[in-house]
Amino acid sequence: MPNYVGKSLKRKEDPRFIQGQGKYVANLSLPGMTYLALKRSPYAHARIKNINTAKAKALPGVVAVFTGADTAEVGMLPSGWNVPGIKVPANRVLQTDKVRHVGDRVALVVAETPYIAADALDLIEVDYEPLPAVTDARQAAQPGAPLLHDSVPDNVSYTWALGNKDEVEQAFAAADHVVELELTNQRLIATAMEPRAAVAQWSPFTEEMTLWTTSQNPNLTRVVLSAFLIGVPEHKLRVISPDVGGGFGSKIPTYPEEALVPWAARKVGRPVKWVASRSESAMSDTQGRDHVTVAKLALKQDGTILALRIATWANNGAYISLVAALIPTAFYITLLSGLYKIPAIYGEMWGTLTNTVWVDAYRGAGRPEAAYVVERLVDVAAQKLGLDPVEIRRKNFIPAADFPYQTPVALQYDSGNYQGVLDKALELSGYAQLRAAQAEARKQGRLVGIGVGACIEASGPAPSKVAGALGGVTGFWESGSIRVHATGKVTVLTGAHTHGQGHETTMAQIVADQLGVDINDIDLVHGDTAVIPNGMGTYGSRSTSVGGSALVRSAEKVRAKVMKIAAHQLEAAVEDVVYDREQGKVYVKGAPSKAKTFGELAFAAYTAHNLPEGVEPGLEEDAYYDPANFTYPNSIHIAQVEVDADTGAVAIQRYAAVDDVGKVINPMIVDGQIQGGIAQGVGQALWEHGAYTADGQLLAANLMEYAVPHAAGFPMIATARTETPSPHNPLGVKGVGEMGTIASTPTIVNAVMDALAPLGVKHIDMPLTPEKVWRAIQAAQRS
Amino acid sequence: MYTTAFDYYRPQSLAEALTLLRAHPDAKVLAGGHSLLPAMKLRVSQPVALVDIGRLPGLAGITAAGGALKIGALTTHAAVAASDVVRAQCALLAQTAAQIGDQQVRNRGTLGGSLAHADPAADYPTTILALDATLHAAGPGGERTVPASAFFTGLLSTALQADELLIAVSVPVYGRGTGGAYLKHPHPASGYAVAGAAARVTVAGGKVTQVSLAIGGVTVNPVRAAAAERALAGQAPSDAAIVAAAAKAAEALRDPLSDNYASGDYRIHLATVLAKRALTQAAARAQA
Amino acid sequence: MKLAVKITVNGVERAHEVEPRQLLVHYLRDTLGLTGTNVGCDTSQCGSCTILFAAPGAERGEAVKACTLLAAQADGAAITTIEGLAQNGQLHPLQTAFWEQHGLQCGFCTPGMILTAADLLQRNPHPSEAEIRHGLEGNLCRCTGYQNIVKAVQAAAAQLA
Repeated sequence: MPNYVGKSLKRKEDPRFIQGQGKYVANLSLPGMTYLALKRSPYAHARIKNINTAKAKALPGVVAVFTGADTAEVGMLPSGWNVPGIKVPANRVLQTDKVRHVGDRVALVVAETPYIAADALDLIEVDYEPLPAVTDARQAAQPGAPLLHDSVPDNVSYTWALGNKDEVEQAFAAADHVVELELTNQRLIATAMEPRAAVAQWSPFTEEMTLWTTSQNPNLTRVVLSAFLIGVPEHKLRVISPDVGGGFGSKIPTYPEEALVPWAARKVGRPVKWVASRSESAMSDTQGRDHVTVAKLALKQDGTILALRIATWANNGAYISLVAALIPTAFYITLLSGLYKIPAIYGEMWGTLTNTVWVDAYRGAGRPEAAYVVERLVDVAAQKLGLDPVEIRRKNFIPAADFPYQTPVALQYDSGNYQGVLDKALELSGYAQLRAAQAEARKQGRLVGIGVGACIEASGPAPSKVAGALGGVTGFWESGSIRVHATGKVTVLTGAHTHGQGHETTMAQIVADQLGVDINDIDLVHGDTAVIPNGMGTYGSRSTSVGGSALVRSAEKVRAKVMKIAAHQLEAAVEDVVYDREQGKVYVKGAPSKAKTFGELAFAAYTAHNLPEGVEPGLEEDAYYDPANFTYPNSIHIAQVEVDADTGAVAIQRYAAVDDVGKVINPMIVDGQIQGGIAQGVGQALWEHGAYTADGQLLAANLMEYAVPHAAGFPMIATARTETPSPHNPLGVKGVGEMGTIASTPTIVNAVMDALAPLGVKHIDMPLTPEKVWRAIQAAQRS
Repeated sequence: MYTTAFDYYRPQSLAEALTLLRAHPDAKVLAGGHSLLPAMKLRVSQPVALVDIGRLPGLAGITAAGGALKIGALTTHAAVAASDVVRAQCALLAQTAAQIGDQQVRNRGTLGGSLAHADPAADYPTTILALDATLHAAGPGGERTVPASAFFTGLLSTALQADELLIAVSVPVYGRGTGGAYLKHPHPASGYAVAGAAARVTVAGGKVTQVSLAIGGVTVNPVRAAAAERALAGQAPSDAAIVAAAAKAAEALRDPLSDNYASGDYRIHLATVLAKRALTQAAARAQA
Repeated sequence: MKLAVKITVNGVERAHEVEPRQLLVHYLRDTLGLTGTNVGCDTSQCGSCTILFAAPGAERGEAVKACTLLAAQADGAAITTIEGLAQNGQLHPLQTAFWEQHGLQCGFCTPGMILTAADLLQRNPHPSEAEIRHGLEGNLCRCTGYQNIVKAVQAAAAQLA
């Protein structure tokens, strides 16, 4: 029966969501609960001269008011990715000396109701001395820029470089063509639909703290809170991330609120709840991207790529968030080879501090920034050389025969067949017909463009040794446990965390196939450190390749034990029994009719009446899986857009996506991930911008200003796949969650630039708002 | 987000509402609440009292009288958009209503609330200006009417006195020979009009005999594009005549609004594009 | 100031004293414990808090954003939240369609999305793809890219027709 893997099963988690029974943190209510609210800075940069909390404290219904002086006992927010030489500035949960971005934290209120807490915030008087601010990543590193932290004298927290500079310079000297671009990869705000929230309860009886929080990685959060922040011993701290309403990277870091809520719960002796408003999310959730890059590509006359060189200023915001320093280093420069055979690459970057909200992983995290640089350069090169964007890519693809392929920037791509992906994408999109239709449209003066994006991701972080060598403070394995109950029902535990990805279904599909049990007999448990002692969580498209592989390993152990018991009871040697995973039975070779069912064997393990010598009762196994390499999903997306020449507005008319994500567990879920990812990447290309004024005011302060994509912005997206299994994990899977986002951004920008190519427009920085496009058209028509 | 505290009154009659407004000069009027409550939640607006007129009898509904439709101030955008009589006799208003906000907002937001709030990026003000509508206000001294051209008096301000309520709007009906169109460039996040153009065109004997064109979103209040109207009046509604007229819409747009999404220059440009398209559609409908 | 309100929620009349400033969404979530109605923004954009609201005397509920109404404004009204959509243990065709078409991922926008779609199908039982996309303009989803939501509404429309 099983063979669940590869089938589009309906999701096991959905009945609760479609009936309004989702278990989000904000839904939790505890007896005696109080409500926490944070007083945040209206200034981008200011010295705190005085804080007067007297009026707030006097407001009826206020339980307590605390400032940074009270929270001095709470530790500093740490960096979890320390590249060599990094300077990590002090970051207190409540600031005491200065505020360094709009939304920085100066005081907190605990009150009987959230309404009273909000009223009390207005009664806190903070005397600020405003200071000059800097918001631009590159300007922050210039001499004379306002300094944020005394401990970082040039605002440069870290630098990183990779590749062979000499080889690159020689290649550029010898090249027939050099194309150069300066690109801004704009600031984004993740905007998971569920705002962050936390509830904490301290038990003086057991001296245990329970924290419910909107985290993508509750186990990591527990480690960080215990080791660095609130001093509750790890074994006395339980962190629960129940249903989480989207993350996209913004729920990876350990946040000051996740320390303040439990700290306050202990102080006031009552449960404390904090739920961010959307405006508060905009000024406190880690934001994404924000690079300024100068990039050059060297080519031969025939379009063969010889070398790539980039310099990037990466904006970290005002403080270094948990994995901030990973994103523009080992998740960015290492990806600059794209899908191409590029003999020489050199990348260098400066990670700067600015008076903006901090920046960390956002869907794709470094890899979209790399793909954008590469794919824009390749398109500009194609235009310069008069090549079709498809042909220049085909010419430079790493041939399928060359895998595993060692790039000049550290990564070894495990597998791929890019020609195959391209062929399928051309077919799915009807590329030849699109080009023919474009030629007709151009004759009519219409601005129709076709864009190609060919992208790779290093997903499934990460081999722990590699992470450690590159600055990671933790490893990046995953845990997977299988508990078989006496009745044959199965509890599966993973250290990964689902916040929309559908693990309750896909992980069950994997385990059901591994054990040969009915999927309805399997329940996935995740997101509770009391049940799952160790785990790394979900980000970087790692859950199936790392977490799923851990479950395969623990299932192998379960099967091995089941076979021992079966062999004993069937009076055969273990080598002679067969585990029939389709039927969930074990039998002696050649005698399938005398099989023991999985349920019988599980019960036998439980009763222990008749176990072989040396076999312990019970049937539960744990495994940890440390990946041998990243996986390398790859995509070719092709889109058609039309630009309204009068207004500059861009309409997406067609979109075809072909992705190679290796083996597929649930095609419906994979398609959903790709579609959703595409929408997010399109959002960056066309609409979204976490914009600041020069003096650091956040313009995109709420959803009236920050343009999250709407349903009407898209046509139906055609998706298809090729399947090149990853050779190094037992499932053959590659990452899928971020691929759509990575590929769609350059695809759409390339399409718009293709539409404008007849006018001579070479590049417009994202988002491609109507005004920017219109201005580029006007400028081109004038020149 | 949480509003500041306030007192709440729900009068049962217009007279009681007016009395309450006199008694609480700092009170705000709550109709559908879809402009007021978001501002209160962000604590941009902190009224000490709300007078909820949402259920006052007789203020919702559409009646036809003497070449005009009288639309009660509490009529929701959804009701206007779906009204057969409005669609048949003043389609421009129904088209405008259908483009406001989103379905949920249209289900609660009201004609009177939108006009009295006078947001520069709202849709209705532009259209009622193009329609030469008449606004009916009730105050302590009884009722009075205000022409749309005199109603908007600045950013978020109107000719209504603090103790007055907008109770209805009369719009002229039109039939064969006249066409209308409202077009907007919505902000990609808020949906509000970055620029909007409302056009009403009458064509007779192959000539434009009457034209009105209003532009919203660009300036603090919507304005009539008088130069554009003059340029088109008396002309055959050809593409060339419309393009020439629409270009003159910019003349009416002084001190344009500007923000991160759209500069003043771009808003003016958008206005001319939308004017051209709205006039074209209106003229085509007039001749259909 | 406290106000007495009577609100029929999912067919049951509830009576409470509320503060004037209590938002309807907080009344549903905090006073009644109906936490299926989510709050995703503070400016009436995201639609996560959408419910069906029938004003006193109205024949049927219309989609409204419960974050942009006071509980006081709902006095005498009849409300359907996501918890009240299934009837007699039977999922509403929209609920089934969202499940079958994979119209949700994290689930946070889903209650509002389903109730907005219910309003849409009341108004227009046979919407085109463009009408569905337009009809969902007051609801944001960050996970799905909307494609499967559109398909779910199409599937439910076919089912209800």
